Amino acid sequence: MAAESAADLPEEVRSWIEKERYTEKTTFPIEMGYVLTTLSATQNGNPLYWDEKVAQEVTGGPITLPTMVSVWFRPHDWSPGRTEPAVPLQLHFDLKAKLALPEAVMSDNTIIFGEPIRPGDILTTTQILYSVSPLKTTKLGTGRFWDFGVRTVNQRGELCAEERYTGFGYNRS
Amino acid sequence: MAANLMLSDVKEGMDLPILEKAVKPVTVVLGAVASRDWRPQHHDYKFATGNNGLDDIIMNTPNLAAWFERYLTDWTGPKGRLGRIKFRMKDSIYPGDTMHFAGKVTKVTPGAKGTAWVDVSIELTAGAKQCVGCVARIAVPESPEANPWKLKGDDWKP
Repeated sequence: MAAESAADLPEEVRSWIEKERYTEKTTFPIEMGYVLTTLSATQNGNPLYWDEKVAQEVTGGPITLPTMVSVWFRPHDWSPGRTEPAVPLQLHFDLKAKLALPEAVMSDNTIIFGEPIRPGDILTTTQILYSVSPLKTTKLGTGRFWDFGVRTVNQRGELCAEERYTGFGYNRS
Repeated sequence: MAANLMLSDVKEGMDLPILEKAVKPVTVVLGAVASRDWRPQHHDYKFATGNNGLDDIIMNTPNLAAWFERYLTDWTGPKGRLGRIKFRMKDSIYPGDTMHFAGKVTKVTPGAKGTAWVDVSIELTAGAKQCVGCVARIAVPESPEANPWKLKGDDWKP
């Protein structure tokens, strides 16, 4: 259940609430290279990811680590023709800009996992804003909390993950 | 890595094995690269300390999620299937810290087709710092024949 939003929001921001935005596909098919790098980075020896026989028996073939769901949508640091750095979670950055709150932190992150993501999958995400709070003052500064989500489906339309974020955009005290 | 954990091995209130890992600069940088996170506070000491006012480069959130997953599946074995995870960042983790993961089973409930949901509360600390609080729900089998990874649709509602 989304919290009620502040009454003093700009009309444009208000129009974003509960609307799907930034529906986008992954820029490359899901692959195991980043999975192996993540396993190495976390010294994770789970045979589900290292042993093809175990993967076949348990998950019907290789899968990616569930917590990597957001990895597949982070833009490359550089790509041809782009003059500005691309950012993940564009909705979060739109809110910072439209609400004139230049600083922001993420406080809470929830991920609910669905169908496993497999190498070769093509994923699609959609970002949805659920609520924006009235102005509040914390030890960081004065700003607003916003609650938004990212829904990820695979090429068959199966739900792979629902992520929920709480951000706080603010001006420093 | 444990063999597959069965429901009979789990009791509400039980502690998970402690995991401790020393954090080096490469731990931070490798984790950021693996999660495609190019933001400079995860690899650039001068930026992290000068622009962000941090003590050093910091571990990034997506990589910490992968560390929590590793902590849980070290305990459950490969049949453990993560259903949901929620975490709250409280303090940063720097090179030189030792990450200390401590978990406790808070609830066990029946799942579908011979599986069960296990709710776990985890605290990630580094010395005196309370760094990340996490709650997770992971599915485990009741018997060697059951497999949480085979659940779909209405049978998989984490």
